[in-house]
Amino acid sequence: MLARSCLRSTRAVGAARNGVVNATKRAASSSSSSTANASSPFGLNLAGSAATAVAVGSMTWYYHLYGPELHAMTPAEEGLHPTKYPWEHIKWNKTYDHQALRRGFQVYQEVCASCHSLSRIPYRTLVGVTHTVDEAKVMAEENEYDSDPNDEGEIEKRPGKLSDYLPAPYKNDEAARAANNGALPPDLSLIVKARHGGCDYIFSLLTGYPEEPPAGAAVPDGLNFNPYFPGTGIAMARVLYNELVEYEDGTPASTSQMAKDVVEFLNWSAEPEMDQRKKMGMKVLVISTALFALSVWVKRYKWSPIKTRKLTYTSPTGGRRPGRH
Amino acid sequence: MPAASRPIYNTLFRKNFVFLGVVFASAFAFEMTYDNAMDKLWDRFNKGRQWKDIRAKYVKTEEDEE
Repeated sequence: MLARSCLRSTRAVGAARNGVVNATKRAASSSSSSTANASSPFGLNLAGSAATAVAVGSMTWYYHLYGPELHAMTPAEEGLHPTKYPWEHIKWNKTYDHQALRRGFQVYQEVCASCHSLSRIPYRTLVGVTHTVDEAKVMAEENEYDSDPNDEGEIEKRPGKLSDYLPAPYKNDEAARAANNGALPPDLSLIVKARHGGCDYIFSLLTGYPEEPPAGAAVPDGLNFNPYFPGTGIAMARVLYNELVEYEDGTPASTSQMAKDVVEFLNWSAEPEMDQRKKMGMKVLVISTALFALSVWVKRYKWSPIKTRKLTYTSPTGGRRPGRH
Repeated sequence: MPAASRPIYNTLFRKNFVFLGVVFASAFAFEMTYDNAMDKLWDRFNKGRQWKDIRAKYVKTEEDEE
């Protein structure tokens, strides 16, 4: 607004200097006529510069207020970004490696299950994925579950069935906290979906414990240092060491091998439908590609008369008629 | 209509119920062959990874249980 009135005033000055005085034009620009006489090239430059400075300044101020992303936490509190690993089972046409799932379940049972529950996985889901029916039944029967009330209304213990869920290590969250120095070991059923970075994060966390915390890192009592854990102080100590479990298929049980297997197993427990989903997805992609190609062909076929026709115009008055030579 | 396609018209399209039957039958046939072919392709992509590939190692037969 300011700049525009300045421009108008220069025009008024020019008109006055040329001696062409138009009363109506003068009247139209009367709003700025008072400053017009006082304006000099220096004043105009100053006004323009000031206007630009105000515009740039207000934009900068606005960006400063609302532009930058807000981070509630420092990078240390966010945790180190996990490395991206080339997981085979993440590829769009690959299933889980079920041998790895079986090994991963073994790692879960022998290592993780002492603190972490896997409450959404019943034994029946393991059948045909990692174990045979008989193996799953035997595993289920090793645990005791509450039975239905008997005739006296007493609840007795019964051996587990295929439909029973994997037993939790603690009776409830409070018991879990009490046993773990106040920290609650999270349920692992959906942990791959529940953490940023998914498989990469959990693998990095499991294998990322340094020998000792770096100099200057503050590690509170009862916590362990892990750079991948948000806040770097994690209640879980390093659990995976070489040769901790003995794989029944003879795979060398290195730390990273066990971490990789258990991560793949946890990914299965979070997304047990993945194998089927990807297979169906492939079928859908193939058939819709074929149908799309078909529809393109039909469109071209139907449009070909319209695309190749030729319009001629015969002028009603004189002119040569087309086709006559 | 070209003479060659006349028998196709007579056998498949002329009567509506025949035509409908042909549509249903061919849909079933296509579905089965397509699913079979895709499953084969899928199994080739995932050779050795699926449960059915490793199941034989863990299934106990009658002889094993002696």
